[in-house]
Amino acid sequence: MKLTKTLLATTALTVAAGTAVTAQDMANSMTIVSWGGAYQDSQDKAYVQPYLAANSGVTATWDESSAEAVAKLRAMNEAGNVTWDLVDVVASDAMRLCDEGLALELDHDEVLAAAPDGTSASDDFGDLIVSDCFVPQIVYSTTFGYRTDMVPEGVEPPSTVCDVFDLAKYPGKRSLQKRPIDNMEWALYCDGVAKDEIYDVLGTDEGVDRALAKLGTIKDQVVWWSAGAETPQLLADGEVFIGSTYNGRLFSAIAEQNQPIAMMWDMQSFDLDGWIVPAGLPADRLARVMDFLKFATDTQRLADQAAYISYGPARASSAPLVGKHADLGIDMAPHMPTDPANAGNVHIYDYEWWADNRDDLDAKFQSWLAQ
Amino acid sequence: MNGFTLTPVETKPLSFALPVIGAAGGFAGLFVGTAHGSGAMGIAIGAVALILLAYLALVVFGLGQEKVTRWGIFALFVITGFLLAALPGIVLGVLSGLFFSWFIFWIGEGRYRANLAPYLTSGQVLWHYTFRVICGAIFVFLITPILVVMPLSFNAQNFFTFTPEMLRFDPAGYSLKHYQDFFTSSGWQQALRNSLAIAPVATLLSVSFGTLAAIGLSSEHVPFRRAIMAILISPMIVPLIISAAGMYFFYSRIGLQGTYFGVVLAHAALGIPFVIITVTATLVGFDRSLTRAAANMGADPVTTFFRVQMPLILPGVISGGLFAFITSFDEVVVVLFVGSANQQTLPWRMFTGLREQISPTILAVATILVVISIALLTTLEYLRRRSERLRGMSPG
Repeated sequence: MKLTKTLLATTALTVAAGTAVTAQDMANSMTIVSWGGAYQDSQDKAYVQPYLAANSGVTATWDESSAEAVAKLRAMNEAGNVTWDLVDVVASDAMRLCDEGLALELDHDEVLAAAPDGTSASDDFGDLIVSDCFVPQIVYSTTFGYRTDMVPEGVEPPSTVCDVFDLAKYPGKRSLQKRPIDNMEWALYCDGVAKDEIYDVLGTDEGVDRALAKLGTIKDQVVWWSAGAETPQLLADGEVFIGSTYNGRLFSAIAEQNQPIAMMWDMQSFDLDGWIVPAGLPADRLARVMDFLKFATDTQRLADQAAYISYGPARASSAPLVGKHADLGIDMAPHMPTDPANAGNVHIYDYEWWADNRDDLDAKFQSWLAQ
Repeated sequence: MNGFTLTPVETKPLSFALPVIGAAGGFAGLFVGTAHGSGAMGIAIGAVALILLAYLALVVFGLGQEKVTRWGIFALFVITGFLLAALPGIVLGVLSGLFFSWFIFWIGEGRYRANLAPYLTSGQVLWHYTFRVICGAIFVFLITPILVVMPLSFNAQNFFTFTPEMLRFDPAGYSLKHYQDFFTSSGWQQALRNSLAIAPVATLLSVSFGTLAAIGLSSEHVPFRRAIMAILISPMIVPLIISAAGMYFFYSRIGLQGTYFGVVLAHAALGIPFVIITVTATLVGFDRSLTRAAANMGADPVTTFFRVQMPLILPGVISGGLFAFITSFDEVVVVLFVGSANQQTLPWRMFTGLREQISPTILAVATILVVISIALLTTLEYLRRRSERLRGMSPG
């Protein structure tokens, strides 16, 4: 199976790469799918605008549909009409799309640029290449932010994820994502399970009940969110005291919008976001998108993106190049989830475990929510 | 209301007036109390305060000094409002002061019966006013969410939040930056251009086809009129998501998905039912003998249509067209399926914007759209009245 896949991928690539890719053979427009907002802006400024400046006559259109990328790609495939050229998805979606054959398998060393010092792309990205179809772009984390002015008097600000579960010390509403991922792990961790045993415990029915029971202690104080923009909005409103969301959203609320919010990095949950190329593109569009992909994921471009948003570049060779924020002029390195000061205690989210157990736990979590 | 009273008013016993006024005070106190942390305390304070005020106004000072007492109550509310919540408190104080200074005497002196027939029972009087309150509450319920959006669109911050500066009416809390963002961001401008390019063409198609269909279906010799009518109106009845999914797969096969023309066609299909319904309604009042008279004088059917029939049914055609325009301009579900990123319309952008980043630019756009919709509906209403006047259906 694995071998066939690799063979197929290699053939596809030889076709793409071997037919002497010249500008004439490339399509002149691309539709790139992303998440909208500040994140898409950062991609536009760091990748797309420089590319368009270097390739006159090419146009790029953004489609803010990453949230429903899997469903839409399935529909496009069924209708035989794939209108997207490059899609930004989280790693778990990339794995699903790859398994379903909706995303093109890539030979990373073949299609991506090597690091400036000659390190091959696959070594430069390292473990972050979690799927053959996936080109990692950034490391982001789901972590907590809290209202500095709502910390009770005489109490030090929250510093561990277990403070989220401590209603006596930190009263007030919390916002958590409406899904079991991360929440279950945090609950078990705060219920006294050692970090490296979390998934073993969660694999049993008693473990699931234990996690839900721990979440149950704060359930009536939780506002459940489903879009990343909700927690910053709730924090800005003072509706919640502490809430989880993507670290870049919190950075934007704190540094760009000057809200009285502070980060709490303890047990932040790392995740990856990156590109996939839809399967079944015509040769001219495929050639164009491969050309763009090589440009947009080189060492410098990934480092450039960090000037606009506080997500860590996925290439090891990009880290030393991370500079200052483009508008605010502050050093971006301390705001990266990967910065050593922030990554003291990190929760490593297990993709494979969740791929196997997600449907089951989703159902249990939803029925628990409805109780 | 209009100067004379149907029923002579009489002072009501305190055993009736005080509890009613107290209940109203408690209800108002509930909101103030909740805003300050304790609803129960608010109810208690509100009820006691209002009973006290009513006693003072009705018994101690009496009717003779009504004007002075009213001003006194009004001032008291404004000052309390100011003490509780500064400037916004004054606004609420003015409103509640005006209400309660009137309400105490209205209840206490039995004035609520003045405009009602004398033979009504207490129950009927109660229902008369309850009904009005319910109607008012529904109106408030419908309109408040729209009104709340408008001040928020002038927020100086990037959140959907009434900041303390806004509540103090501090100019620093307000800004036009979200409007500026709308008018300068290429994404929003592209969406506006797309909406403006799609809606008028879709409207034109709906109006042409819808009017023709309505005229055809209103002549008696057409077979299967009802069935054809039902099919043409079905886009209005079938859930939008079903039409959208169907159109997606159908348009994909024939190469229309993701094209400008595809979106226009889809929106035209959604707009046609509105045109058919309004034009059919207008045609009911159209005298068919006029077309025969025109034919008698040598006009061919096309000339008859444009010179005789069209001018008479024009108001119906225009109002149908306006509905079709608003349908296309507001539509998000079908365009998400049938369109591609190049055809992003305003509602599409607002939809994704709400999901991915809660930015008040959406509120600015919403405010602009509300203003446009009000302008369109006002035109519509004006045309309707004009058509009624022309057809002699209303004096005006």
